[in-house]
Amino acid sequence: MNLALRDVRRNKLRFALTALGVGMLLGVVIAMTGIYEGALADALALPRALRADLWVVQQRTFGPFAEPSRIPRDTRELIRRMPGVAAAGAVTFQTVQTRVGPKPVRLFLEGYEVGRLGGPANIIAGHGLTESHYQIVVDTSSGLHLGENVPLGPYHDPYTVVGLTRGMVSSGGDPMAWVNLLDAQALQFAVPPALERREQASGRSPPTTTDINAVLVRLSPGASVKAVAADIARWKHLSAVPEAEEESYLTLFVIQKMQQQLGMFMGVLVAVSAVIITLIIYTLTMDKLRSIATLKFIGAPDRVIIAMIVQQALALGLSGFGVGLVLIEQVKGYFPRRVQIETRDLLIILAIVTVVCLAGSMLGVRAAVKVNAAEALASG
Amino acid sequence: MDESLPFDRLPRVELRAISKHFGRGEARVDALVDIKLTVRAGEVVGLRGPSGCGKSTLLNVIGCVTEPSSGWMQLDGEPVYDGRFLRSDLRRLRLTKIGFIFQTHNLLPFLTATENIAEAMELAGIRRHEARERAEALLDYFDMRQMRAYPSELSGGMAQRVAIARAIANSPHIILADEPTAPLDSVRAGAVMDLLTRIAADQHAAVLVVTHDESIFHRFDRLIGMRDGRIEGEQVPAHPALAP
Repeated sequence: MNLALRDVRRNKLRFALTALGVGMLLGVVIAMTGIYEGALADALALPRALRADLWVVQQRTFGPFAEPSRIPRDTRELIRRMPGVAAAGAVTFQTVQTRVGPKPVRLFLEGYEVGRLGGPANIIAGHGLTESHYQIVVDTSSGLHLGENVPLGPYHDPYTVVGLTRGMVSSGGDPMAWVNLLDAQALQFAVPPALERREQASGRSPPTTTDINAVLVRLSPGASVKAVAADIARWKHLSAVPEAEEESYLTLFVIQKMQQQLGMFMGVLVAVSAVIITLIIYTLTMDKLRSIATLKFIGAPDRVIIAMIVQQALALGLSGFGVGLVLIEQVKGYFPRRVQIETRDLLIILAIVTVVCLAGSMLGVRAAVKVNAAEALASG
Repeated sequence: MDESLPFDRLPRVELRAISKHFGRGEARVDALVDIKLTVRAGEVVGLRGPSGCGKSTLLNVIGCVTEPSSGWMQLDGEPVYDGRFLRSDLRRLRLTKIGFIFQTHNLLPFLTATENIAEAMELAGIRRHEARERAEALLDYFDMRQMRAYPSELSGGMAQRVAIARAIANSPHIILADEPTAPLDSVRAGAVMDLLTRIAADQHAAVLVVTHDESIFHRFDRLIGMRDGRIEGEQVPAHPALAP
């Protein structure tokens, strides 16, 4: 057993408490990367689950997630009949706020045509929509259960939960929910009768309730995404956005600021962690200066002293990393939003911790190598 | 080295015109001035003098911890500080030829008694298992039973005995002790001096002890006085029973 490990063995409690402190610090860093990745995963969960090759939206818009898109419902029929298109489904998206019992519930609601593209993926309990009205499939993150009634719309029509999905949330972190397209259109576009009468009295035509936000398109095998998108844009005067592009709009426009914010905060956190870990390692080395002076007196080569400091710094950093990872794995389920810990991020953090520990120990090594053994012992 | 001398009379430490100063200009302090000293194998020599007279500095110079400003020094027949010596050579000398004993034991607090001694041997290249066995044999030699105790679990006298065992772990020919009996009562101080005398005789080592403790003066073969960085004189102390 080398000197560093013997020192740890002798001072187990001190080492454990220090590693716990470092671990909590690194746990926050790991959590932040998890939140960052979670935000990205959340934002991309829906478009990836829908598995559309093209998103057809209002002309010169970037799609239903980046900005409003409103197109006539018959667009789906027009698109479906185009060469190269195997399937198409009309969808609407909206955020709804309601209350189930005393509990406020916020949902990102998708309306889709049952049997066509756009339905819920990853159903883990119950089933998809089977009736034309008043059924809803929700994500488990909403806290709702099978059979519960969710009041929606101005008249609080009860929608019965018939299916549950897992891991499906919007880019804003709201749980996803699916209802029949007609229900969704009514919820999104229908106006109360009094308002409709007023519109008619003032000579304006009542607002249509049959519009949709987008058409999801799946292409026939061998069909070119680029060619079909170009045909849709040219002949139907709509924008057809390939799936990859739709995802990039989401990351570029919708969650970019949040990512930047998290990224900046993560950078600050890493810098603060680096300073604190460096100070801890330096202080631990300074505490051992008398032992280091004794080792010098009895003729220990510098490499023995350097190894003791560096190995202990690495032991502290790696233990702290392990503690932080275990801590976050235990509590990540309690975070209100997804915390997705990626192996790649862990390896980066591990590399940073290693570099910080080595850099921190270099300060200690410098002090240890320069220390005058006679003076260090005399001053004790 | 003078081969004509009997083994137990070989000079282990030889200093000629050794001087050491700290600082420059008006801040210059002459810690050692023109020191000439020889300590032979088997000798136990005391070094006394008022605080700040240069005793510890002299010990550090002989112990290759502090480099002298000028002069010539030979340890165990090997010239030191002659311009060809590297820092690693000084470290090797400290490891193999010199044993240090301090006023406080200065044992490594995270090693047991056995490990403290074995560590010094391992640094000198002895295999761990063998070092452990030899360390236990040394503790046995010193009548120490608490082999697995940490320094904080030992009494002052016991810790000092472990420190002495560590100092002689690599069978050095020169043992330098800086007030080794200061924190001990007269009985334990006498026991420590007994040990040093026995080591000097058994290992043909030169033992140089800095001390203020008058109760042990009579245990030295020679007692050297220092003042203001210079050797003031030396005497062969008389046993208290023979004192007038």
